[in-house]
Amino acid sequence: MEQNTQQTVENEKKGLRKLFGKFHLETKELVLLWIFLGIFILMSIISPGRFLSVYNLQSMAYQFPEFGILALSMMVIIVTGGINLSITYSATLASILGAVVMVSMNKAGAPELASVLVGVFIIIVASLVTGAVNGLIVAHIGIVPMLATLGTMTLFEGISLNITKGGAISGFPNMFQWFGNSSIIGIPVPLFIFVLVIIATYFILQRSTFGAKVYMIGCNPTATRFSGINVKKTLFLLYVYSGLLTGLAGLVMASRYNSAKESYGYTYLLQSVSAAVLGGTDISGGFGKVFGTVISVLILQVISSGLNIFGVNRFITDVIMGMILILVLTINFINNKREEKALVTKKIVTA
Amino acid sequence: MAQNMLLEMHHVSKTFPGVKALQDIQLEIQHGEIHALIGENGAGKSTLIKILSGVYQPDEGAEIFIDGELQKDITPLGSLKHGIAVIYQDFSLFPNLTVAENIAMVSRIGRKTKIINWKETHNIAKNALAKLELELPLGTTLSELSVAKQQLVAIARAFVNDVKLIVMDEPTSALSRGEVESLFSIIRNLKERGISILFISHKLDELFAISDRFTILRDGKYIGTFGEEELDDDRLISLMVGRRIEYKIFDKRTLNDPLFEVHNLNKAGNFKDISFTLNRGEILGITGLVGAGRSELAQAIFGLSPSDTGEILLDGEPLHIESPEQSVAHGISYIPENRLTEGLVLKKSMTDNICLTVLNKISNNRGLIGKEAQHELVDTWIHDLNIKPNLPNMIASKLSGGNQQRIVLSKWLATEPKILIVDEPTNGIDIGAKADIHQLLRDLSEQGMSIIVISSELPEILAIADRVLVMRRGRIAATLDGKNLTQEEIMKEAL
Repeated sequence: MEQNTQQTVENEKKGLRKLFGKFHLETKELVLLWIFLGIFILMSIISPGRFLSVYNLQSMAYQFPEFGILALSMMVIIVTGGINLSITYSATLASILGAVVMVSMNKAGAPELASVLVGVFIIIVASLVTGAVNGLIVAHIGIVPMLATLGTMTLFEGISLNITKGGAISGFPNMFQWFGNSSIIGIPVPLFIFVLVIIATYFILQRSTFGAKVYMIGCNPTATRFSGINVKKTLFLLYVYSGLLTGLAGLVMASRYNSAKESYGYTYLLQSVSAAVLGGTDISGGFGKVFGTVISVLILQVISSGLNIFGVNRFITDVIMGMILILVLTINFINNKREEKALVTKKIVTA
Repeated sequence: MAQNMLLEMHHVSKTFPGVKALQDIQLEIQHGEIHALIGENGAGKSTLIKILSGVYQPDEGAEIFIDGELQKDITPLGSLKHGIAVIYQDFSLFPNLTVAENIAMVSRIGRKTKIINWKETHNIAKNALAKLELELPLGTTLSELSVAKQQLVAIARAFVNDVKLIVMDEPTSALSRGEVESLFSIIRNLKERGISILFISHKLDELFAISDRFTILRDGKYIGTFGEEELDDDRLISLMVGRRIEYKIFDKRTLNDPLFEVHNLNKAGNFKDISFTLNRGEILGITGLVGAGRSELAQAIFGLSPSDTGEILLDGEPLHIESPEQSVAHGISYIPENRLTEGLVLKKSMTDNICLTVLNKISNNRGLIGKEAQHELVDTWIHDLNIKPNLPNMIASKLSGGNQQRIVLSKWLATEPKILIVDEPTNGIDIGAKADIHQLLRDLSEQGMSIIVISSELPEILAIADRVLVMRRGRIAATLDGKNLTQEEIMKEAL
């Protein structure tokens, strides 16, 4: 009897999995997808003229990629059971370093393309270095991620402020605007970059052997180490990847605002945690899908843009966002408890 | 007689889901007596003590008298009030608090005071130490004291209340010779003042040195209570070991085809001067008491915590293993004792667990996992090891112990190891599954795999090991031929 119900549940899951097999959609992600569509349609019905306007859709499409990229850089670390508090300052430090070089090359009269290429190169390299610093401290020295990245967050902010003296760096070559403000066949370049990041992260995390190790480390680093996996190396590389993503976000932000400043995007830090967790990433590690985080980013963006259009006070928006987050987490928590309880009673029955 | 008894426990049974930990146990302790409770690992000693201290509730029908008074529902606090103090192996002290706070802690909780009175705390601690005629620095943080002194703190804590019985779980395991002597003189002193001691230890010489009477448990059953004069080493061991469930005994082979050699392996605090040879297709048993250094040795070979000095040869070539990755690459696999925390990632599926060690075998050259190769691999192992239920996506924590162990075996056999080290392969598994795993290990050895089986369960060692290494306090005490070996012969070396 019990075997049978188990079997049917398992079969049902198999059916769903077949249906969405290609994208590894689980029920959690499906629910989020429906929520997103629901909110999108609701907003469209309430205010078709303004919410569904090309202008609003376009402006959203330029806004959320930087947030989305940062959310993924946060999410990959949360999957390991850690957290990366340094993402936004890593993004801005990288962009400031790139900006300084780009601006001085520009002033010295170097060709635009050359200064942009060098600038982008430096942003990418700098972000890899910030990631490596985090990886070194967390994986090799063994400091708790929250403390390690709290430290590097302050460190990166400090270095940035020393360079900018508190101001913004501007005066980029015009060509640099391409990364944040242009479009390819109607698709905004930031969105294009975001999609590439989604695909890359999906393959790295959910399809590769590297990703398989990451999830196992997130659940039980001891058993993973006992299985002959180099846990330190895996963690280190993941922090480097997280750093790389912050660099891409920094690139988009600097280009979009046409300047570089240490405080750009700092509100994204906690929103990234929200998006990851809302998207089904387990804060204690081991579980979470790229797609869930992406949909959550979209949900948060649609709500915030929608409320903005309706003229809702920015502070009220925060209240609503906070309530939504708490509600979803409560539902998840209750569901998990229920599953656990079912498991325990079943164990007693079989014993 | 009855008036003379401080503690009487009759018909004590304890059932955990699926396991009868204790069956109809009795224990009687007189006033001013040093009583030894002995039995092998898993005989039920700890469970009995936890019932005595109120941590566990016994099954229906148990009768526990303290000073002739029938006790119902012993709670941890209640047991303290009756004058029973248990000093666990880890002392259950607070390393970050001072000596005085540690000693006074119990009385503080007992009275439910919300405010800490520092002066009183000091006085309570001082009085307790005075009763023991001991002196300790009251204001010192506990973690700064030696292990022996910490133990004295734990004993002093018992003296805050009017203590009648002190239970000591393996009190000498972390002490030096001299410290053991001074502990014994304290214990004898307590005895003279009419306080009873229940002493749990594996070290027979110590037990005989100090105990008046012995109660022996085996497999959760009461074997008997004996006076010191009725016992000697041999009789005690045979009572502890007894006769037990018979496993199929495989015929023992004598092999001389060395594959793996260990020379003079040392690791400070864990093991010393370990040398042995493992032949191709051989099952080598390693046994000894818990804490003899068996698992530490295995983990050193596997690279989890490399040894300090010594040499390891595989096929005559010296190996330098500093991490599990390296030993896996050399064809050495290790199945840890603790399946739930070290062997498996419990929250993940069978598939995830089995594939973890062979990710490179199921992926293409770009590092992407091939779903088909993955399914094929998992299905093969589910079939070969008969893992039930046949649901690759089932979460590992939902499976029975036997099937969980089969998953751990699968994930390591999938690496096609030359050497398989299994630590307590049938720990917490039902009898039928145990026999299956013994058969599997035997089959693998016949196919040429060299296997090291670490086990505390002597019948298991006798059933499958061609040769047996007995470890005692970090050293190899004896290397015994598996043919016609008896439990008594092994125990004599292990103790």
